[in-house]
Amino acid sequence: MTAAAQPAPLLRMTGIVKTFPGVRALDGVSFEVNVGEVHALVGENGAGKSTLMKILAGAQPADSGEIDVDGKRVVIDGPRTAERLGIGMIYQEFNLVPDLGVIENIVLGVEPRHGIFLDKPAAAREAAKVLGELGIALPLDHSARRLSVAEQQLTEIAKCLVRKARLIVMDEPTAALTERETDALFALIRKLKAQNVAFVYISHRLEELPRIADRITVLRDGKAIETRPAAQMPQDDVIRLMVGRSLEAHFPDLPPVAPDAPIVLDVRDVSAASGVRVNDVAFQVHAGEIVGLAGLVGAGRTEIVRAIAGADVPTKGEIHVDGARVVVRSPRGAIRAGIALITEDRKAQGLVLGMTVRENTTLAHLGQFVRGLFVDKAAETQATNTEIAELRIRTPSAEQTVRNLSGGNQQKVVLAKWLIGHARVFLFDEPTRGIDIGAKAEIYALMVELLRGGAAIVMVSSELPEVLGMSHRVLVVRGGAIRAEFARGDATPDKVIAVATGMAALRQAQGRL
Amino acid sequence: MADPKGPKADVKAVMDERAGAAVAQKRRAALLRTIGLGVGFLALVLVVNALAHGNFLEPQNLTNVLRQITLNAILAVGQTFVIITAGIDLSVGSIVGLCSVVMTLVANTLNLGGPGTFVVTLLVGLAVGCAAGWVNALPVVRLGLPPFITTLAMMQVARGLALILAHGQPIPLANSAPFDWLGTGYLFSGIPGFPGISWQVLVMAVVAIVFAILLGRTAFGRYVLALGGNEEAARLAGIDTRRVKTLVYVISGGCAAIGGMLLMARFQSGNPVNGTGAELQCIAAVVVGGTSLMGGRGTIVGTFFGALLIGVLNNVMNLLAIESYTQQIVLGAVILLAVVLDELRKRYLAAR
Repeated sequence: MTAAAQPAPLLRMTGIVKTFPGVRALDGVSFEVNVGEVHALVGENGAGKSTLMKILAGAQPADSGEIDVDGKRVVIDGPRTAERLGIGMIYQEFNLVPDLGVIENIVLGVEPRHGIFLDKPAAAREAAKVLGELGIALPLDHSARRLSVAEQQLTEIAKCLVRKARLIVMDEPTAALTERETDALFALIRKLKAQNVAFVYISHRLEELPRIADRITVLRDGKAIETRPAAQMPQDDVIRLMVGRSLEAHFPDLPPVAPDAPIVLDVRDVSAASGVRVNDVAFQVHAGEIVGLAGLVGAGRTEIVRAIAGADVPTKGEIHVDGARVVVRSPRGAIRAGIALITEDRKAQGLVLGMTVRENTTLAHLGQFVRGLFVDKAAETQATNTEIAELRIRTPSAEQTVRNLSGGNQQKVVLAKWLIGHARVFLFDEPTRGIDIGAKAEIYALMVELLRGGAAIVMVSSELPEVLGMSHRVLVVRGGAIRAEFARGDATPDKVIAVATGMAALRQAQGRL
Repeated sequence: MADPKGPKADVKAVMDERAGAAVAQKRRAALLRTIGLGVGFLALVLVVNALAHGNFLEPQNLTNVLRQITLNAILAVGQTFVIITAGIDLSVGSIVGLCSVVMTLVANTLNLGGPGTFVVTLLVGLAVGCAAGWVNALPVVRLGLPPFITTLAMMQVARGLALILAHGQPIPLANSAPFDWLGTGYLFSGIPGFPGISWQVLVMAVVAIVFAILLGRTAFGRYVLALGGNEEAARLAGIDTRRVKTLVYVISGGCAAIGGMLLMARFQSGNPVNGTGAELQCIAAVVVGGTSLMGGRGTIVGTFFGALLIGVLNNVMNLLAIESYTQQIVLGAVILLAVVLDELRKRYLAAR
């Protein structure tokens, strides 16, 4: 199935541009889907896949660019419009209403009616018809809450079909499915293809693409790098295209770790059970060392650093800082022990957006600024101004509301908050997400500065070049456990991605067969 | 960072310059606000005074206004802390009633002489109010239940308890002597031409000032604001968010106990229906005073002026002999208008 075989593609997106403050998320992306085609969209986290699909689904407007459906120019100004055009969207986190039944969910928003009343028998008939055509059985009398992940997914697909979708976007559809459920899903996709339904298939599981995709498009840094028929795109090529850019680009030289450097952070068999389960994670970080945690979104990297920082209470294991055991039952305990967590989502977890730069900077160590009964604002301002100069935070003053700063400067305020506390261990979770190159370089330089001061750093990053360029050692995480460790020289993109996506395990298994 | 002196100095200079500009802008905004409010208020006062045949600006009337707002202002101070954390306390009115009954019962059984009776009564009342606040907070911090529910339940329970304890009737204070100064006493009333300052008003002023300082100047106050602005960020910054949250409800309950004391002293009795409806009145004062129901923003000074505005409005409408049903409509409209204006002002400032 090639583009030339079809006169006009079902969907053509041309020159799509989308800019967020500080980042160009999509930089003139063009993308096509033919009738009855499964078109895989792959790329690293932050490459722009989700943004592109949100624009298609009408969840976000594009800054510029054109969209044609069936060769006709369209303007998608909202989810309703997308629906009318036959575009269905299935997000990774499903959009079912938990307390409504399966039928009610399938017909939600398009309920058949008798005048002002719901026509329940007609709704049941419609749902049954769609499910019957697909040859799938769902417990129709259950509420969505009681469905398994696979059943929820089928409900979502049925929802799209009731709305006469001709193009269904699926974001990581197999992430939470068992092997058998995945097989069933693929069979269903093939069946729908035969009925001329097309799919945009977003997945990190590269190994499954040859089984299901007709074409593959690789996105990188907001650009569509290449589109090829799946048969002509071996996995190694996909990985190479995904990673692409030169690694030495803008990373500073890491000072080598002294051979006799003491162990600062010692994590011993820590397990945690909030979100992705963390199992028996053990590693050590020396003074002046950066250990990078690589892995896919949902691998459990964030959960590991949150457990160390007491953001989630570990269920098992010990954490030692500078040789002394730390009892981490709350963030407060971890902070006292010299552990600082720079969270992944600075707006939701790192900052109080309505407060000033000063108030945010001193928040975690306000005790330092209390004189008698009162907070000494002059001392706060002085300390904050020092950090503003030190980190080159671009703000009119310490009294500026943090909400009004750019992403990079907000991130620097988060850093300032931890720098005034003289922490020993810095846990950076996606430290440069969504900030511009200049600010990134400054944050890298700061990390080097911290190393010189003898700090231990753990860095979680989904940007492979960043992990490889800014770590002395790389630990690859999958399924809440550390699966491999690479020294700086040995860590290559394909090795890391192979472990992260489970391909290494797959190859080994195949080798054994 | 690499070069320690040079760039830092540059940055400092640029920053100072920008800081100057920002401060100037802030001052301008503040000035604008003050002038607007001042002119509006003055015009209103003069018009009203003329309409009321000069009665409004009589010293006696002005002290009346202050005395009438004491209960609402004190409750609103406690409520401000709760609302800044994005919570709500619907139980304060009932706690006023419960505390006034409990304190009357305590005072009637004590025989310690004036000051002793007063102090013990006050302490027992505060303990009851604070305990009720603590119970309000418990399911909120432990189970994450909405404060709307827990304080709604306390509103019922406290009122019921008050009615049971008092057998549904106001209990007269057997010996009101230890409390009379607080109920009806005036300070500086000897000065000719000056009506004096009611002790009730003085208590209100002390409560407002103490809690304004607590909110604006102490680490605890900062934590309350941070918790309201972003609870997760506050927790990850090492703040004991459960403790802070618990304390705001305790403060609210304590303020309600003080309110109950004032009513008891003033009417020389403990009335189980004291404070009925007061919870909504004080929420109105807090909101008119510019505290965000979304949490994270608010001041005690604002709340005080919110309570004052409502009090003045009530007083003026009485002076103008406006019918009480109409008064309710006007009051409702003013509450809405105040919040709408505040929202518009914020948008105007944000747009620049």
